Amino acid sequence: MSSNNAMHRSHNGWKTFKRIVAFKRKYLSIPYFVFLILFVIIPILIILVYAFTKTTDAGNLVFSFDSLVEFFSSTTKLNVLVVSLFIGIINTILCLLIGYPIAYLLADKKVNKNYVMVMLFVMPMWINFVLRTGATRDVLYMMGIKGGEHPYAATLIGLVYNYLPFTILPLYTTMIKLDKSQIEAAKDLGCNPAQTFAHSILPQSVPGIVSAAEMVFMPTMSSYVISDTLSEGKLTLFGNSIANSFNNSLWNDGSFMAFVMLALIFLTMFITNRFHKDETIEKGRLW
Amino acid sequence: MAAVRSANERRLRRNAILYKTIGQCIIWAVLIVMYIPIMVLIAYSFTTATNIGTWTGFSFDLYKNLFQSEEIMVALGNTLLIAVISSVLSTILGTCGAIGAYYSKKRSRELLESVNQIPVVNAEIVIALSLTVMFVFFQTYILGGANVFSFWTLLVGHMILQVPFVYLSVKPKLQQMDPALYEAALDLGCTQSQALWKATIPEITPGIASGFLLSITLSLDDFIVTAFTRGAGLLSGDKSIETLSTLVQAKIKKGPIPPEMRALTTLIFIVVLIAAVLVTIYRNRTVKKVRKGRSA
Repeated sequence: MSSNNAMHRSHNGWKTFKRIVAFKRKYLSIPYFVFLILFVIIPILIILVYAFTKTTDAGNLVFSFDSLVEFFSSTTKLNVLVVSLFIGIINTILCLLIGYPIAYLLADKKVNKNYVMVMLFVMPMWINFVLRTGATRDVLYMMGIKGGEHPYAATLIGLVYNYLPFTILPLYTTMIKLDKSQIEAAKDLGCNPAQTFAHSILPQSVPGIVSAAEMVFMPTMSSYVISDTLSEGKLTLFGNSIANSFNNSLWNDGSFMAFVMLALIFLTMFITNRFHKDETIEKGRLW
Repeated sequence: MAAVRSANERRLRRNAILYKTIGQCIIWAVLIVMYIPIMVLIAYSFTTATNIGTWTGFSFDLYKNLFQSEEIMVALGNTLLIAVISSVLSTILGTCGAIGAYYSKKRSRELLESVNQIPVVNAEIVIALSLTVMFVFFQTYILGGANVFSFWTLLVGHMILQVPFVYLSVKPKLQQMDPALYEAALDLGCTQSQALWKATIPEITPGIASGFLLSITLSLDDFIVTAFTRGAGLLSGDKSIETLSTLVQAKIKKGPIPPEMRALTTLIFIVVLIAAVLVTIYRNRTVKKVRKGRSA
């Protein structure tokens, strides 16, 4: 700043102008900054405005808590929230229960030395996800698990099927880095396999479990296509509910639900961030 | 003594083999279950029955029908066009953003990174709706009702999903880069922008490439943002842009997956398989390179 002032004082306007406008590497981030403000910050602010206002008959927005009251007094909406949380938790647990041993075995040199196997688990993620969801529904239908009759079972199968690769990948990256000598030491010191798992393998794989859960839980709650397709519209998750409000032009209510969703996301992010911090502190202590 | 030890060794070896066999069985069992839906569709792409589960004789008719179906071909074309255009733009924007942020002051970099993190953690439905609400807001209060939904709004929607990931894949490459290279280029007479092109960009190319590939997959797979932000344009002409995701969703809402789409699934699967093989080969080569580098 002071150098700029000095140059202004020297009355060499054109040089100053060139100096300021001249290419600097940090200017490269300006377009991205503008893009983020226009299409991330402003849309969220508008959602917040709609969440805490109501539309008058004249079409103006006035400050009000109507959407908040409407949300917390509507048993249907609260019900959808509870069901979504429930489905989210069940799906996360199922994915971890199936994904954890798979990731462990894939990372264990004694069982699998081939990276191709990992690719095989990731590959379904690259096939169009709506097409995959439709395929799951049709096959389940053929097997007699009809979404209209068993909405919860069909939806959960579809969710596990879709999110399993997202669980296996972060778990696998953690498992590859497991400290083998610590596990051997636990065995040598007389731990049986269960104790070795509880005292050495599980604590070491916590970061993988946390990031796998992060990849599954919130996206499940806000999923739209999977629940809609597999339950044949019988099961409404929070994501469907938000979309329905907007489709019925209930912008204020829909915005408030989007706000609830955002709040939940930031809450889980806050919790998991604390987790990651603990981890670094522990690492610091160890070394 | 020797007999005891060898008996013990034999027992250990037997346990190791048992563990390996059971482990591989579990892996294969889960894999097979995971691939059932896709494999069933692929199997039934060689017969013309309307529903899967009934076999009406082997034929390639569905593949012929697939290429004659204008609807599917238009959707496929749109999907690829959007994926390529949005990924190229996102890669440029995100790479520039990452380079700029890397050389900015710590505070502005941290600010950019925390905003960058919002679309990464945000639910897709919230991203889609907040964008849509903003576009409608813009349309009613600034344009006075003129329709704003078009290819451009769709492009913005896809870019919002992609750019944060481009940023995140380029950033670590910048951190690993040798800062002396850029300085050396300047000392050898390059201007700042030449040094950037000749020293920095080649160093971070792997990050840019993986950001681009990730962008492509994000765009190809997207449904929610597309469904909310699309308008008329591209190959759909005056009608609302139809991508593969939106077309399939519209079809499966009414009934089973249309027969020609089973043929499409087979073709997509083959493309994905080739991509997977290429990725594995590339990975094995880089792993070997790293190992060689370490031993040298």
